[in-house]
Amino acid sequence: MKRTGKTLKLLAGVSLLLGALGGPATAQDKPKELKIGITTFLSGPAAVFGEPGKAAAEMIAADINKKGGIGGVPVALSFVDEGAGGEALVSNYRRLVQDEKVDATFASISSGSCNQLVPLAEDLKMMNFMWDCGAASILEAKKYRYSFRTQANATPEMLAVLIYLLKTKPDFKTIAVVNQDYAWGRESWEIFSTALKQMKPDVQVVAELFPKFGAPDYSTEISRLMALRPDVVFTTSWGGDLDTLVRQAGQRGLLKQSTFVLAIGESSVQRLGKDLPEGLIIGARGDHWFMHPEKKNDAAFKDFNEAFKAKTGSMPIYPVYHMAQAFAALQGAYDKAIKANGGKWPTREQVVDAAPNLEFVGFGRPVKLRAEDNQGLEAQLVGVTKKADGFNHMVLDNMMIFDAAKITTPAGQKSVEWLKTLKPDFAKMDVPVFQHGK
Amino acid sequence: MNSTLFVLASLDGLSYAALVFLVSVGLSLIFGVLRIVNVAHGSLYAFGAYLAASLSLLVTPISPWLTYPALLVASLVIGIVAGGLIERLLLSRVYGREEVLQLLITFAVFMIMDNLQRMIWGVQPIYAAEPLKLLPNVSIFGVSYTSYQVIVLPAVAVLALFGLRYFLRRTLMGSVILAVTEDREAATAIGINAQKVYLITFIIGATLAALGGALASPTTSLVPGMGTEMIVLSFAVAATAGLGQIEGTAITALAIGMARAFVIYLQPEFEVLVPYLIMVAVLLVRPEGLFGATKLRKI
Repeated sequence: MKRTGKTLKLLAGVSLLLGALGGPATAQDKPKELKIGITTFLSGPAAVFGEPGKAAAEMIAADINKKGGIGGVPVALSFVDEGAGGEALVSNYRRLVQDEKVDATFASISSGSCNQLVPLAEDLKMMNFMWDCGAASILEAKKYRYSFRTQANATPEMLAVLIYLLKTKPDFKTIAVVNQDYAWGRESWEIFSTALKQMKPDVQVVAELFPKFGAPDYSTEISRLMALRPDVVFTTSWGGDLDTLVRQAGQRGLLKQSTFVLAIGESSVQRLGKDLPEGLIIGARGDHWFMHPEKKNDAAFKDFNEAFKAKTGSMPIYPVYHMAQAFAALQGAYDKAIKANGGKWPTREQVVDAAPNLEFVGFGRPVKLRAEDNQGLEAQLVGVTKKADGFNHMVLDNMMIFDAAKITTPAGQKSVEWLKTLKPDFAKMDVPVFQHGK
Repeated sequence: MNSTLFVLASLDGLSYAALVFLVSVGLSLIFGVLRIVNVAHGSLYAFGAYLAASLSLLVTPISPWLTYPALLVASLVIGIVAGGLIERLLLSRVYGREEVLQLLITFAVFMIMDNLQRMIWGVQPIYAAEPLKLLPNVSIFGVSYTSYQVIVLPAVAVLALFGLRYFLRRTLMGSVILAVTEDREAATAIGINAQKVYLITFIIGATLAALGGALASPTTSLVPGMGTEMIVLSFAVAATAGLGQIEGTAITALAIGMARAFVIYLQPEFEVLVPYLIMVAVLLVRPEGLFGATKLRKI
């Protein structure tokens, strides 16, 4: 009996030990929360995108948690300010991954930040969604396993705007550019002008102006453009720079003299109010507009827009929808991985395996993560400003929504090289047109 | 470049130089008297702009013409309140201490004010163009200009220049400031309150920075970081002129404004570099600046 008692005690001890070892293993299988680290601009001029992006992330996370979380696990967010830049951004990203043990990251808004953090995410084996940065070269230069871009890049964004211009103003002969003097301003013009030379080689570029990023005054540029009288003025400026340029140009009559193309102007339409005249061509970095013609009757879309306005005072702009796409991709990847794992909580590697070819829906048309290069295929919406009753700002009219597959650089090719192969007929593609309110 | 473009570029250069002068001269004045390089000058410019825009938006429904006094009130409030607090609470404790300590303190103030600005006014661009819209445009060689930029801004800059000259050379207070600048110990020995002189000088310099911001507010979007842009340019102008040189600052601001405008017409890719190229070229030849006097070393 004594032996039996000893054996029982031994068995009980072993079982307790196994239980203790098994406890954490079960907890690891389904964590208490799914931690997401997000880099966004909370300071500096780009906070005009970063703050709405953060507000959207908080709203979406709260909504996911209200519905039971992702695979039954609530999400928890940590934010890092991209405005700190350089070393501080890299250190903070490492902290998120190594100290806070996040399960996924959304990084970043700036292409410079993405250039820094995408290779780091690869080293740390951290699933990362490039939620807003636009430089095409990042995913064209190297194949990554852990980073995915959940939206388009600058190539389809600029191409959509150019094709819209060619379709609606086919007879223009001269063009000038006024872009911010940094990577985005230079690269976006290279994409646009390369495609323009291929599709309309007779157009003359009369001025290439790259004022300093954050310039408070465009008087001289405006005087020069008024003297040159180009048919079209193109700009990919954003935030306060774009507002200043448009308002100073409007006050001096330049907006009436030339057709202005604001390639990412959707984010400024509400803020510029009635200072924005009719007839300006507006791009949206994706199919983003709070009155999206294919979504305007969608209850979830309308509810989200109204809730966002209640929280922030403004309707959503494109970074808000990009944030929604990153969350949709994360949810889609986990759902797919859980299903592939027979309903059990997946490992991080299984979630990464689930992301290629994933199709998800934010608040626009479905987006697909191309397996070959992890590039998102996202539709592009371009329209023209128009006055409308009931709005204290311009609305978009004559909207065209471009199919992502038709205007995105094919996998394995470099954007600028691909653009050089385009012919004038490329702009003759069929694109659906939508009028405001219809 | 034909004569038409020459005139257009000159007008653009003039309006740009006017704003740059207002901010730079405040910086130069503070250095000339207090011997402190005030990095927070850019924040005073930004606060002047934000407060002017807020007041303008507030008074526009009553009468759009009230926006002009609003610009002035905003400059005075920032200059007296913010300038006075910075000088009394911080700078007055470090006069005569190591320059690096003074620099670090004004840099800390700059960072604090930058954050404070975001907390008060947020990060979305603010625009209050009413003062500019009230005045008609003028057409010069078929190119439309706003009167505000080619008449009001240069006129205010000229008034500030002659006002400062008159104040420093023709008034008792001006003479007292010059006396303290020349020899603080001797001035104190004859009964001049140097602390008061420093306070008044700092408030004048801060008010000029805020006035620059207030006058810029109808023409530009107010965004986080706007003070950084202006402080860098102001340093370039003040250093090129020679710190403490009022007339020199005016001439240098005009030269840099004109050079920038002509470069945009002729070689736009050099626009950003122009002020700094001029500064480097001048400082290599004359380290004391274009108008700075060579300092005798005391043995």
